[in-house]
Amino acid sequence: MKENGRRADGRGRDVGQWRRRRAEEGLFRALMVLSLLVVVGCLTLILATIIWKGLPALKLSMITQTPKGGYYLGKEGGILNAILGSLYLACGATFLALLLGLPIVLYLNVYARRFSRLAGFIRFSFDVLWGVPSIVYGAFGFMLMVFFGLRTSLLAGIITVALLELPIMSRAMDEVIRLVPRDLTEASYSLGATRLETAFKVIVRQSLPGILTAVLIAFGRGIGDAASVLFTAGFTDRVPTSLLQPAATLPLAIFFQLGTPFREVRERAYASAAVLTILILIISLVSRALARRYTRHTIR
Amino acid sequence: MRELKTHISIQGLNVSHGRLAILKDITLDIPDKRITVVIGPSGCGKTTLLKSLNRLLDPYDGLKVTGRILVDGEDIYRPGVEVTHIRRKMGLLSQKPQVLPMSIFDNVAFAPRIHGLREKKRLTRTVEHYLRLAGLWEEVKDRLNAPASRLSVGQQQRLCLARGLAAEPEIILGDEPTSALDPQSSQHVERRLLELKSDYTIIIVTHILRQAKRIADYIVFLYLGEVVEHGPAEQVFAQPRHPRTKAYLTGEIS
Repeated sequence: MKENGRRADGRGRDVGQWRRRRAEEGLFRALMVLSLLVVVGCLTLILATIIWKGLPALKLSMITQTPKGGYYLGKEGGILNAILGSLYLACGATFLALLLGLPIVLYLNVYARRFSRLAGFIRFSFDVLWGVPSIVYGAFGFMLMVFFGLRTSLLAGIITVALLELPIMSRAMDEVIRLVPRDLTEASYSLGATRLETAFKVIVRQSLPGILTAVLIAFGRGIGDAASVLFTAGFTDRVPTSLLQPAATLPLAIFFQLGTPFREVRERAYASAAVLTILILIISLVSRALARRYTRHTIR
Repeated sequence: MRELKTHISIQGLNVSHGRLAILKDITLDIPDKRITVVIGPSGCGKTTLLKSLNRLLDPYDGLKVTGRILVDGEDIYRPGVEVTHIRRKMGLLSQKPQVLPMSIFDNVAFAPRIHGLREKKRLTRTVEHYLRLAGLWEEVKDRLNAPASRLSVGQQQRLCLARGLAAEPEIILGDEPTSALDPQSSQHVERRLLELKSDYTIIIVTHILRQAKRIADYIVFLYLGEVVEHGPAEQVFAQPRHPRTKAYLTGEIS
């Protein structure tokens, strides 16, 4: 009798515990779904807003013509100047940042000792630089321009945005290259490859998808930044034909057009935002497709 | 027993990490064109010994290596020695096959290419030759451009063998090369090694005693970083001199 009673008691406690655990599971799952909804909701709302508000101004002429009557007040023409300016600027800056970033990251991972102080310091610097506001980069770029006697130009903008992108791209590349298995690099060394050959033929190849993602993140950051190009690339209604001419950019086009008192011009700002978003979307899709093409050899 | 010619001579090799001694005063002659099998329980320094032979310990921080290793009479730890040249002399088979992130063809062509072979025709011939030598040609000849990572693990290990052989080494190092493979693939690899020993000096690390018995000409028993006993395989297996070797062979310590 006593035995039975105790067993029943135990079972009762089990049921209670099981209910509590199930409630816990349900609660946290609900919280996670909620956060997910916030993210998805934000994205949809942003897209909806810019398309809804920009729709009246979203005409083909927006992407095929330069502004008529000035970018600040003009209600005609398009933003071709800013589209091309942004593309030139972001491509140039991303290329420059990759040119600087890849050697640094390869040095950190292939040449430097694993726990070297220098490598630690470089990584720390990148983390700090990552957090520096882009307006500070803009001011720094401007100072460099004054020092070298350069005027507001595409070149100055490219250099400044490249500096802005460098820590982002390098840290993202560093993370993926660090994941390359040690055995893989040893396999390459054991075949008589030098460090350089191992770096470019094996490590870069193995981490190519990750490197592409890093480049893309940096590109997105570069093309979307307004503060760093404000003083350095300037703004103009014309499409730049040389590196030494000022260049318009989409974020600044949005900024200027939003600041006018005219509704039609503000609509054009939203249309510009839509163009920028679609541009980034297209580039993401293309680079993802590219990444998939290059991952067929990657070792998992 | 015929007189064995020495290919690699290890003299007073010590490897330590801080105060921890990983290999203690190893002195050993590895016979030429024979299969030398290093046996011993895990953690006794077998892999470290193998990696010290082609200076793959260099990238590890904080490891101190002293002593001499003579390969063909040349000390590979002498300052100023060309590391890539030494590594090229030795093909390495790792525990888990590590194919390079490229096609089957490019894997085998990797070493010939970095050592200067560019001509397409000769490259193709070279790749075929070594794939045949590793016993993989028939299985992959129609898909040389497929990613190497799509091969089965057993095939990958034979691809690694072909890739290593294509660097034209004199020595093959194997770090438990069959431990990740199924029995049939293991047998395949073992058979290749037995065929290759007429042309190469082979050093295999293993903890599988039966495998050691099947393929070894010469046995080195390593225990806690020290060479306890070494000698011709028949002799070590039939009448081990050291009580510890006996204990290991009978399964008392592992």
